[in-house]
Amino acid sequence: MCGIAGIVRLSTLTSPPILNSVLESMANKIRHRGPDDGAIYNTVTTGLAHRRLSIIDINMGAQPMHSSDGSVSLVFNGEIFNYVELREKLVKKGHQFVTRSDTEVIIHLYQEYGLDFVQQLNGQFAIGLWDEDRKRLLLVRDRVGICPLYYTVDQGRLIFASEIKALKPALNNGLEISSRALDQLFTFWTPVSPNTLFKDVFEVSPGQMLVVEKGEIQKYSYWDWEFSVDDYWQTSESEQAEELLELLQDATKIRLRADVPVGAYLSGGLDSSALVSLIHNSGKVALTTFSLNFAEKDFDERHYQSLLIQQLRLKHNHLTVDAQDIAENLKSTIYHAETPILRTAPVPMGLLSSLVKKNNYKVVLTGEGADEVLGGYDIFKEAKVRQFWAVNPDSMFRPLLLKKLYPYLNLPDSGQAAYLKKFFAESLDQPKNIFFSHLPRWTTTAKAKLFYSEGFSGELAGTPLDDLRRSLPSKLIQMNFFNRAQYIESKSLMPGYLLSSQGDRMLTKHSIEGRYPFLDHRLIEFSNRIPPKYKMKGLCEKYLLKKAMKNRLPEEIIRRYKQPYRSPDIATSVDSVLSEELRYYLSPDELKKNGFFDNKKVEFLLKKTSSNRALSVSDSQALIGILSTQILAEQFL
Amino acid sequence: MDKVIASDEQLLRNFILENYLFTNDQSKLENADSFLGSGILDSMGILELVYFLDDEMSIKVESSEMVPKNLDSIDNLLKFIDLKKNLIPGL
Repeated sequence: MCGIAGIVRLSTLTSPPILNSVLESMANKIRHRGPDDGAIYNTVTTGLAHRRLSIIDINMGAQPMHSSDGSVSLVFNGEIFNYVELREKLVKKGHQFVTRSDTEVIIHLYQEYGLDFVQQLNGQFAIGLWDEDRKRLLLVRDRVGICPLYYTVDQGRLIFASEIKALKPALNNGLEISSRALDQLFTFWTPVSPNTLFKDVFEVSPGQMLVVEKGEIQKYSYWDWEFSVDDYWQTSESEQAEELLELLQDATKIRLRADVPVGAYLSGGLDSSALVSLIHNSGKVALTTFSLNFAEKDFDERHYQSLLIQQLRLKHNHLTVDAQDIAENLKSTIYHAETPILRTAPVPMGLLSSLVKKNNYKVVLTGEGADEVLGGYDIFKEAKVRQFWAVNPDSMFRPLLLKKLYPYLNLPDSGQAAYLKKFFAESLDQPKNIFFSHLPRWTTTAKAKLFYSEGFSGELAGTPLDDLRRSLPSKLIQMNFFNRAQYIESKSLMPGYLLSSQGDRMLTKHSIEGRYPFLDHRLIEFSNRIPPKYKMKGLCEKYLLKKAMKNRLPEEIIRRYKQPYRSPDIATSVDSVLSEELRYYLSPDELKKNGFFDNKKVEFLLKKTSSNRALSVSDSQALIGILSTQILAEQFL
Repeated sequence: MDKVIASDEQLLRNFILENYLFTNDQSKLENADSFLGSGILDSMGILELVYFLDDEMSIKVESSEMVPKNLDSIDNLLKFIDLKKNLIPGL
């Protein structure tokens, strides 16, 4: 990964000039994204800044990069994995290259195809491209939201950067937390795109391009998750599994392109195990893998990791994390994530990337995205059971299937179906509701709103559900409910939290690049036409992937219950690990200063955490959410 | 007898108010309020309530007794506790 930033004057008459010192300050704020090199480019109208993590064409790929005639200038964060093929195609068309980098391919591609250049890219990217002839800036983000890209308008200038903290040096006033976005986050774990936690700061949404020209900002959507409505693959399940495997093999192969060694994360689950196996079989010798282990047994997956480590003789590294480590690294995690978090799961991911760095690796492949693309999440299973249940809401038997889904949760036994029903029956009476699949999760998260102060509650207008509904396309209604659940997940939690707070930000914290074969857009487009019954056969998640990987992975990994990545929340042992420093953020004075939360209610929550009773999911989320909001406010306001 | 019921009632009300509504404002909870219907307790909350009844009030809740009729409001809880105490001599 790299870091990019820049400023464009929307009107040269009214906006202040762009200073080199400001561009340098912006770049320095995201030095961690690219510690190897950095440079700026400044004309009267526009300024670009870049921090580089050198991975491809280490000697020649410096940025900002310019076309040979100087008319196109580019800053780019990410990777174009098909750059080799694109380069060959462009050479045949007469383009002459100076470097071997993927960056230069983007410039030539733009010169050849104009705005349509983006359709040809297979990769993960955030691009700032300045066309001097047309006085036009393009801001482009990859299809699914792997690379971050933010912008704001201040004093007649559009300011953009890979991270929000890099916008700050160019702002006349500071940042302000948006109450509406915070309320969205306390529902969906992330604000509704393009909102960010900060007022008037927006993201370029995944699959979108911003064109800034003649003082105007236009948004174009160039790609979206298109699920089949009645055009599913008609081939047999074996043929579909075979095609899926071929696509995954190629998606993995092109993601191994680098001039530095590439490692892989190995959780012990199906997705990362499948990837590691494919990398191993692609001929790459002595693959190095990295894992997290947890001192708490409930979260630990080392048994499954060891199965593959032994079978493939991997060069394996692991890190054991406990609640104390999580508490100690919470503040730096929030600084990098730039958002409150409701679970502490990002913290260990940040620690894992430090292990990668210590081993002198810059790039890792991960299995992220498989659950969204191939239908793996419990929430999809849960929705399927609830749909089944909704047909006969009074059934005592149907809801008991939920216990089968969550063997690791302490759910009530049979005979207590009334409570099970309450836990999962949210909106059971409205199976046609487009948010049917997600309402139980969102309702649990939203319980944290009980802690809002009266003043903050009074500021809120509208509801997060309405905000999300407005942001989603009408095609959602026509989708099969399973595909709809996948779509909602792929447009909200995945880019807003999993790929960001738990992904890019925790990797770049230690200057590491993550690559995601399951998020290759060819694989997504193929999977979106797989009949839902093959994605989840009965209650067997990612059925087609399991079929494709059968005989390539230990049987125990194929057959194991899916265990979502979880980490021990500091809330589970809060009294022993919550340092004085962290408690300070929850003191009445600090809570009153920011005004989001009611200090008396928080006091009762802290008393509850000290009582040695197990905290519920909603209590735990509330505690982490409140604490991280308070930390964020101090760091950024 | 009245005194004992009042004490149980206060104990239960404080437990629910402080741990699930995070307040000591007595006006925030009516004795007839349904814990499930109003979202005060989720399944984990029910388990905590069962542990509380055992630890603090020496009331053991059998699996078959974990139904809303017994546990879903302060009123229901008081009736249930009364029944249990009458069934178990010495309590």
